[in-house]
Amino acid sequence: MSFDNAYESLIEGGEEKHWAFGTGFTDALAGVDREIPDVDRDDLAAYCLMLGDDALVYAQRLAEWCSRAPELEEDVALANIALDLLGQARMLLTRAGEIQGTDEDTLAYLRDAAEFRNVRLAEIDCGPGPGGDFGTTIARLLVFSTWRLALLDALTGSADPVLAAVAAKGVKEVAYHRDHAAQWALRLAGGTEFSRSRMIAGLDKVWPLTDELFTPHPVELRLAGVAVDPSTLRSEVDSVLDTVLGAADLARPDVPQSPGAGRDGVHTDELGPLLAEMQQVARALPGAVW
Amino acid sequence: MSARQVAESVLDPELPVLTLADLGVLREVSEDGGRVVVTITPTYSGCPALDEMRADLHTKLTEAGYADVEIRTALRPAWTTDWISEDGLRKLADHGIAPPQRIGPRAVGPIPLNLAPPVRRVACPRCGSARTTELSRFGSTACKALRRCEDCREPFEQIKEF
Repeated sequence: MSFDNAYESLIEGGEEKHWAFGTGFTDALAGVDREIPDVDRDDLAAYCLMLGDDALVYAQRLAEWCSRAPELEEDVALANIALDLLGQARMLLTRAGEIQGTDEDTLAYLRDAAEFRNVRLAEIDCGPGPGGDFGTTIARLLVFSTWRLALLDALTGSADPVLAAVAAKGVKEVAYHRDHAAQWALRLAGGTEFSRSRMIAGLDKVWPLTDELFTPHPVELRLAGVAVDPSTLRSEVDSVLDTVLGAADLARPDVPQSPGAGRDGVHTDELGPLLAEMQQVARALPGAVW
Repeated sequence: MSARQVAESVLDPELPVLTLADLGVLREVSEDGGRVVVTITPTYSGCPALDEMRADLHTKLTEAGYADVEIRTALRPAWTTDWISEDGLRKLADHGIAPPQRIGPRAVGPIPLNLAPPVRRVACPRCGSARTTELSRFGSTACKALRRCEDCREPFEQIKEF
């Protein structure tokens, strides 16, 4: 297999099944046995959308750090974390899409903010935009990944085989994300006075959105056995966060909670601009291939 | 060649020193009459190489004369670096990539929180020194970490335990 032109190797076999092109993707659950359990199909789709949107929107936020992180290794780390979440999002959106008669791309690119079902913690600007900095970013990663890890771990027992399998894989990935955040939180809190102040400010910024993570949505309650009731995760998440905060000699933020529910499509003003950037090419050139 | 032999010879697109069989992503090959069913499993959820693996398996089996080929994906049980063959571990080390250590099944109970990088004796694949440190848990692909040897001072990649 030798080619004079490096690009020729990309079309070996004459097929367009080569991801290097950026098109011709098979869907994220290609070849997977995707039987649907005996539950309300709309509820199952809505639930897949919730967990998928959490991952998709947060992956997009993390990707904003590409080329802007404080050091090259961190650039790579945040991009890797985003890629893991994007992979989870693709499978979950594909699952939601096949139940609803649509597909992952339509769901990702052609919905408006009010149709997204992610928790608000995933969408807010925690830097590198004006809404935060690296400390805020680590604070969110700590809270989000601690919560998602507990959620996915519980979801491995789901009666939906696809959700259970996506969760089992995700658990291993998000465990690395949580460790990364915890180690950075300790490093920032134990670093200089400045880094410590940024870590504290970061926790203060994200903490008002924590109650929402544990508030069950009617869909989650109706899907007992398939979905996880997030209120059952609180003590485990609190215990992990307390361990990290304790080791970093940081206090739990004492700030009021922000009412609202991303799961109902009620979002902050920060989701719109994020979606505008994520969706602009797909919307400007519908059906384009390259 | 049997369909199994063909499938086992396909190389991983990201780590072409390993076959898909070495990496442990090739889970099953069955041949029934002229029909071949290959089952693979992704390493990480976002691994972009999965489509490439499917295409390569399809191409190689078709070239070997198997006209009816189906590639299935099994998400469960989730891939683990423990499935990398002994041969695979050796090939990685030979190519300057530190292989993962065996981790065994996950213990029952909460997932352990690591407040510091776990202490692991990872030998430098260039000079063999055991004095190496982790630079970043996340490397050039999802499955790799970046380390440095404190003796020869060279950075190197490691397949992280997963």
